[in-house]
Amino acid sequence: MLDPTPSNPRTGQTPLLQTIGLTKRYGDFLANDSIDIEIWPQEIHALLGENGAGKSTLVKTIYGLIQPSEGEMFWQGQRMVLSGPHDARARGIGMVFQHFSLFDNLTVAENVALGLDGKESFKDMSARLEEVSRIYGLPLDPKREVWQLSVGERQRIEIVRVLMQNPKFLILDEPTAVLTPQEADQLFVVLERLRSEGRAVLYISHKLEEVKRLCDTATILRGGRKVSTCIPRSETAASLARMMVGAEIKQVKAPAGRRITVPRLLVNELNLEPDEPHGVRLQNISFELKGGEILGIAGVAGNGQDELFAALSGERLAKDPGTIVIDGQAAGHLSITARRKLGAAFVPEERLGHGTAPRMRLSENALLTGHAASGMVQHGFINTAATLSTVDRTTAAFDVRKAKRDPEAGSLSGGNLQKFIVGREILRNPVVLVVSQPTWGVDAGAAAVIRQALLDLAAEGCAILVTSQDLDELAEIADRIAVMFHGHLSESLITADASREKLGLLMGGSSLTPKEPADAVGA
Amino acid sequence: MQLVLEKRAERSTAIALISPLIAIGLTVVTMSILFVLLGKNPLAALAVYFITPLTDGYSLQEIAVKAAPLVMIAIGLSLCYLANVWNIGAEGQFLVGAVAGSWLAVVTHGSDAGPWVLPSMLLFGAAAGALYALIPAICKVRFGASEILVSLMLVYVAELLLDYLVRGPWRDPAGFNFPTTAEFDPVATVPLLIEGGRLHLGVAITLLVVAGAAVLLGRTIKGFEIRVVGAAPRAARFGGFKSNQLILLTFAISGALAGLAGIIEVAGPIGHLQPGISPGYGFTAIIVAFLGRLNPVGILIAGLFLALTFIGGEQAQIAMKIPLDMTKVFQGILLFYVLACDSLILYRIRLIMPQRKAADGTA
Repeated sequence: MLDPTPSNPRTGQTPLLQTIGLTKRYGDFLANDSIDIEIWPQEIHALLGENGAGKSTLVKTIYGLIQPSEGEMFWQGQRMVLSGPHDARARGIGMVFQHFSLFDNLTVAENVALGLDGKESFKDMSARLEEVSRIYGLPLDPKREVWQLSVGERQRIEIVRVLMQNPKFLILDEPTAVLTPQEADQLFVVLERLRSEGRAVLYISHKLEEVKRLCDTATILRGGRKVSTCIPRSETAASLARMMVGAEIKQVKAPAGRRITVPRLLVNELNLEPDEPHGVRLQNISFELKGGEILGIAGVAGNGQDELFAALSGERLAKDPGTIVIDGQAAGHLSITARRKLGAAFVPEERLGHGTAPRMRLSENALLTGHAASGMVQHGFINTAATLSTVDRTTAAFDVRKAKRDPEAGSLSGGNLQKFIVGREILRNPVVLVVSQPTWGVDAGAAAVIRQALLDLAAEGCAILVTSQDLDELAEIADRIAVMFHGHLSESLITADASREKLGLLMGGSSLTPKEPADAVGA
Repeated sequence: MQLVLEKRAERSTAIALISPLIAIGLTVVTMSILFVLLGKNPLAALAVYFITPLTDGYSLQEIAVKAAPLVMIAIGLSLCYLANVWNIGAEGQFLVGAVAGSWLAVVTHGSDAGPWVLPSMLLFGAAAGALYALIPAICKVRFGASEILVSLMLVYVAELLLDYLVRGPWRDPAGFNFPTTAEFDPVATVPLLIEGGRLHLGVAITLLVVAGAAVLLGRTIKGFEIRVVGAAPRAARFGGFKSNQLILLTFAISGALAGLAGIIEVAGPIGHLQPGISPGYGFTAIIVAFLGRLNPVGILIAGLFLALTFIGGEQAQIAMKIPLDMTKVFQGILLFYVLACDSLILYRIRLIMPQRKAADGTA
């Protein structure tokens, strides 16, 4: 029998949570291989690892969603066997998932009520909700319906819902993946406050700088095994990345000899009324995007990026055909299929349910966007060989890891599914690519693959519009950056001039004075 | 000990095939209990229901004849259900198809109209069924009305229309005041496949419909559209598929097939128009569609099975005095179990044993 409290620097105390030899086996596959981890009170503990490293399995086991195949967990020194998440919650373990579990048609308060035990009246609960959100600086209107809220606001609901259970230990799965620097800073204040209150936080993230700044301890997983537990402050981002990936991360770099060519995507004074009561109205959006160029659009979530994507893709049509010009053709009135035929390609923010049909196979999801402009359909009949070959080519070109040749889209991990979606569009050799949040919640390895693919595509003459809330990402790949705020798009800044401060001002709705128009493009 | 449903990473193909069989098994067990409560020997009753009809050629043909309308309607319904729209009113579309087709038979009755009559009747029946099904579809697309309610309520409208016609304008003057039209002329009657048998042309048409649906769903982009609109509407819009058009299309197809089944039934086995031409085919077809996994071949098998229960029910009434309504009870229970077992495709049941006791011993 293993000693539940092995020697450690903090003698005289027991860890809040300890796992010994925690193993999860799926058939022959070891998702977690004998993992030992200790979480102490007043600690922010980072959990780092690539996609498929076993992070999700580990935290789901700790949260009672998965039963371990072997190994033991100790909670405050006592052996713990969880019958389910409710059991974990009862002990004081809370979790904020990467994919939110919220009902769109219910209000904030109703959603929170559904996640609680329901012992208090709805009115008391609403009052407590407002109090908790005020204390922790996570402003929420309990009466608003979730579908109206931005991703950042939805995450706040999830966090407040967990905080209302007064947890001793909080697990956050990639919380900053959807936040702006400002929102992330606000979250860090919350987390630091939780730490000072004596709680512990397990924090899954891919942003290594952030981990270095915030976390006291880091456990790194690779291929289901624990590689190391270290103090992130005494590591470099590069050394952390090396431990995660097991090799050097390739720096993305723009291929040499990129030429800026003719305008491929023109948007002229695009105005669009929202189709939802609380949607954002697009107002006078104009920009020009040339072949070989990458334009980044920054902005806090919910400022019209989704509406702009819908207008550009043709999911919603503009009244005046001339407001959107794709490769010289007025396209504002054209359907998404017609725009694809003009050589445009689109990657939406939401992978599951928008970019793919989760319960359909990859080959069918290849057909989803490929049916219009490829050999996949002949006389109304599907060419199955062509759809499968698209899957195979995408898999090979973008290193999509999957259990079998043609699995359901929903069974892939986030990073691998994103590589598939981006790859599916790139292999169609588009002249215009509109991509929203290309590396949303994707690990460093997959993100590097996707960003490099975008740069390579631009080098081949494609005009690329990237909407992202990750400013580092935009700085890495975009030639110019513009900011969306309340349905307006700012003038674009050459990336070299687009400091975090300037972008932050634009994201907050201020204008830059003196104005710095930037028509030229940094090569 | 605790039972939990655990989500599967992928839908299980094996369970998708086995689940209807589990449902049938559970239904048989439940029915046995009911038979015991009715004071009947359950084994004998089940034998009459499921075995006896399979033992003579006449009953076997009768099963095929009963299965034909069920399968044809269910194929249409499956397209709607795959697209995630709910046509519950196939019974009404069946009746309206029968009425519209019969109109030609009634007006040409006694004339020397040529062989064009029957094909035109089939065409009329299908067209009328399609138009009738388009009413709830248009209400849904245009006004957001619930297609479930509208299509269901139109069943009663169709029943009353049929009732009015055969008691009023279309009643056979030589029919001793019975509410029925005159017997259709030979040119207005669906021919038998084999002289002296029961199988008619409608059975062959049904097989063609099954084959057509299998090709549509499995091989064509239109079938893919139907499936993707139902499975992931937002992804379907992203793919460039228009869900409103598809709602209209699937309702029109399912209405046309139900209407076609209706006129074949009237111009075939029945031979004239009268009330009660359907023992609830349009509703039973809903069960057939789900029992057949919304898959054309599955629906063919499920249709034959449900037809067996109709025939078996009749024989049980004659042989064992078991009320005919037991057949409907049987079909209802079956649908319940089919839908329940479907959870197993996406979820697995797991038993979680409490390990605390053992743990305390070792810790």
